[in-house]
Amino acid sequence: MKRGWFLPIVTVLGFAFLYAPIVSLVVFSFNESRLVTVWGGFSTQWYGALLDDGQMLAAAWVSLKVGTISATLATVLGTLAAFVLTRFEVFRGKLLLTGMITAPLVMPEVITGLSLLLLFVAMEMVLGWPAGRGLTTVVIAHATFCAAYVAVIAQSRLRDMDESLEEAARDLGAGPVRVFFDITLPVIAPALVSGWLLAFTLSLDDLVVASFVSGPGASTLPMVIFSKVRLGVSPDVNALATIIIGIVAVAVTIAGFLLRRQARAAR
Amino acid sequence: MSRSAPIEPPPVAAATSAWPLVRRVALGLCAVFWGAWALGLLPGIDGVRGNLVALTVVLGGFLLADEVTQDLALPRRWLVIAVPLVWFVLFFLIPFVVLGRISLSETIIARPPYTPLWDRAPDGSLEILAGFQNYSWILGDALYRNAYLSSIKIAAISTVLALLVGYPIAYYIARSPEPRRSVLLLLVILPFWTSFLLRVYAWIGFLRGNGVINNVLLSLGLIDEPLVMMQTDFAVYVGIVYAYLPFMILPLYATLVKLDDALLEAASDLGASPAVTFFTVTLPLSFPGVVAGSMLVFIPAIGEYVIPALLGGPDTLMIGRVMWDEFFSSRDWPVASAVAIVMLILVVIPIMWLQSVQNRQEEQG
Repeated sequence: MKRGWFLPIVTVLGFAFLYAPIVSLVVFSFNESRLVTVWGGFSTQWYGALLDDGQMLAAAWVSLKVGTISATLATVLGTLAAFVLTRFEVFRGKLLLTGMITAPLVMPEVITGLSLLLLFVAMEMVLGWPAGRGLTTVVIAHATFCAAYVAVIAQSRLRDMDESLEEAARDLGAGPVRVFFDITLPVIAPALVSGWLLAFTLSLDDLVVASFVSGPGASTLPMVIFSKVRLGVSPDVNALATIIIGIVAVAVTIAGFLLRRQARAAR
Repeated sequence: MSRSAPIEPPPVAAATSAWPLVRRVALGLCAVFWGAWALGLLPGIDGVRGNLVALTVVLGGFLLADEVTQDLALPRRWLVIAVPLVWFVLFFLIPFVVLGRISLSETIIARPPYTPLWDRAPDGSLEILAGFQNYSWILGDALYRNAYLSSIKIAAISTVLALLVGYPIAYYIARSPEPRRSVLLLLVILPFWTSFLLRVYAWIGFLRGNGVINNVLLSLGLIDEPLVMMQTDFAVYVGIVYAYLPFMILPLYATLVKLDDALLEAASDLGASPAVTFFTVTLPLSFPGVVAGSMLVFIPAIGEYVIPALLGGPDTLMIGRVMWDEFFSSRDWPVASAVAIVMLILVVIPIMWLQSVQNRQEEQG
């Protein structure tokens, strides 16, 4: 086939479009000047300013707690959902479950956020739990939509997996629980690690749903960033962005390494 | 796949398992906890204690079901199915029921801030208070109608732009030789892992009057005065295309990578120009990817809040933003719920289309 110039140029421009804003975020986080887009010399003062910002640190701590708990919950729920959908024959509610784990992936966040808040308010009136809005409600909300993402990842891994391993274990007399924990889980574990990491970043990233279901004293990091950013650009947000990008880069490298090792082991 | 029968009956594993004992002990602990709670030995439910009660209720219920189904030799796979099913019904499906119910109420200054659906009249008869007044108000009001129409317009234009940008990139990646292909694919996914909010924020620095783009254009002498890009619909299009481009590229890539080279060769051997080949072979075959990618951009873009709030101007009308203000500024829960329900009706058809395309692709393998 003839190799044109059109596709490579569009692709290069496309990647420039994807990465230029991120690069400029990082570059201007080291800017001396308060004007975010005018270079005034190298400085790390905005990183220092970040450490003095008590509100920001408190929000970061809330986000880390919410992210860890909800990613773990989401991984358990998502794995169970994926296992049920790929390994069990038709059962009543299978179509419903399939729909319920795909819809959150595209559902506009404002709808998810508002409807969950209204549910929590109604539950508190009827059951007395959850008492008020805060960490618990944000964790439940995040675990729900993150579980959908984990389920997608786990499902594709479970479909690719060689089912004869599980069959062999069954033939040798292992019960279903034993087969799951001794065979299925170790085989799909690397996919679950990347699922957990994805859930964690999604939780850390969410502004809209958290704004609806959170309460006083449980402001997450994106909520604090958003209230800052609304008033205009500020260099300490750039510094924070750079730190987050650094953490993500490390996490993605680990995930990529795990997946590659798994792919090599599968061969 | 056929399941072969066990060759010889396996030894009963449960006999040596410690699980029944662990289960009894755990159930006992739950019972003690509930007893203390019922007798009022535990102080009132708040925060952590409430969560503890909820946790023991869920755990205890599960263990009890496990015990009962084992003793009665009932099919036990429902124990596994029930966990994700109940969770998603409770926290994904029922919220929509609550949303619909509150959209039929009227706002009042009370806790909760909406009227009940029915009430006992003084003479003891049942009085229905529910009504569709919020819906007729929304559909009759020009602000809401325009917000819906403008959301659909902005989402549709952004989707087309994302398709125009994403298709060539997806095609190029799909046709690349292997090591380069994986690297490019990773580069597409990577921005998705960094904060959405911060990536949108980055565009403020790019598009502002004294931002990066204007500074570059000014210093090159291409323009004499800064272009106004921030707080316009243009900025919103850029933001949406930027934020959702990976969602467009990935499904397109998935269909294009399966495209058989022989078909393209056959078309060109038969004298078709590259353009004809593209429109008669490549594009129709990648149609499922086009639908999936477009829906993955269009559906969330309809309800987008962050992008119009940060990049759009005061006259950039999007329904997600209107609903947000209705809820957080006007504190009118019933109207906000009705706005959300109408939005839900708008996105249900695209969601079902997406799902049917994905199911068909799954069946084809």
